[in-house]
Amino acid sequence: MAFESLRSNGRAQLVLGLLTGIVFGFLLQKGQVTEYEVILGQLLLTDFTVVKVMLTAVLVGMIGVYAMKSLGAARLHCRMGSVGATVAGGLVFGAGFATLGYCPGTAAAAVGAGAMDALVGMVGMVAGAGLFARIYPRLDRTILNRGKFPAVTIPELLHLPPWVVVVAVAILIPVVFYGLTRLGF
Amino acid sequence: MFEYLTMVSWSPYVAGAGIGVLIWTTFLLSDHPLGCSTGYLKTAGMVETAVSREKAGAMPYYRQFVPSVDWWWMLIIGLVIGAFLSSTLSGTFSLVLVPPMFAEAFGTGWPLRFAVALAGGILLGLGARWAGGCTSGHGISGTLQLSLASWVAAACFFAGGIVVAGLLYGFPYL
Repeated sequence: MAFESLRSNGRAQLVLGLLTGIVFGFLLQKGQVTEYEVILGQLLLTDFTVVKVMLTAVLVGMIGVYAMKSLGAARLHCRMGSVGATVAGGLVFGAGFATLGYCPGTAAAAVGAGAMDALVGMVGMVAGAGLFARIYPRLDRTILNRGKFPAVTIPELLHLPPWVVVVAVAILIPVVFYGLTRLGF
Repeated sequence: MFEYLTMVSWSPYVAGAGIGVLIWTTFLLSDHPLGCSTGYLKTAGMVETAVSREKAGAMPYYRQFVPSVDWWWMLIIGLVIGAFLSSTLSGTFSLVLVPPMFAEAFGTGWPLRFAVALAGGILLGLGARWAGGCTSGHGISGTLQLSLASWVAAACFFAGGIVVAGLLYGFPYL
């Protein structure tokens, strides 16, 4: 692959990580999802900015990543989920999402825009991630592997060729946007 | 062009499309998804290593995610810089201790807000590693790959968030 040497170049990846973060932080701030009020507005279902940003990124990203995959320029990185890991962890994350009012990416960006409560949240996230690393062996033995999902990807689950699902999602997302607009969001 | 960079905000569709294109470059140039929680984990691992290199080295989770300054860690630094540039260019940068919405409901004192933010952060860090990703890693990068776990995770992020936000501020739609 043409980018193999770049991908394995540790120093270049440091620069790429930094540049990716700068662009990501710029876009999150301009998209206003670094605002506590916008995130809570989404979770109270009074403001759909977060959903609009996320679903547009999914739509554009999906088409590009699947196009690059079919050209042999990109690989997918999907992992098997389970009820004990994905659902349980997801609900804990959701509780934290509403309590902090930012998520891991938007918290860092909110700090860049001056939100000092988000900085406290970042310290909490380091502690929470460290806590998970501490209890990981016990969770791995008891809950993480409970209720393995039947498939890794949605096309596998539905026994459909990936491109059919890509087209379906690419139609569905604009329909959701149209619905949100009709509802006055 | 410069006027565009100094705007206070962009349409969420424009910002979202930009993030989508950014993820193309991440898959192409770095061969992995764009996720944020790994950077926090690496920081936690570096703290553990500083306290006791032996103990941290023996922890199975840090064998999977080796604590080091890498792409994921630099991403977090970049996020702070990027948002600082954006808010400074638009003149909206301001140091805030308590968000206005929180202040109106729970008071303007920063100790309460910081305690709540710390608790929320701990839940986020724990939950993100437990679920295997966050709003960007699962919610955007994973769902766009049509990963089943990512769609379920994103649904759970919002389900948990909607319930707790309603408990904090009341359910406006009920």
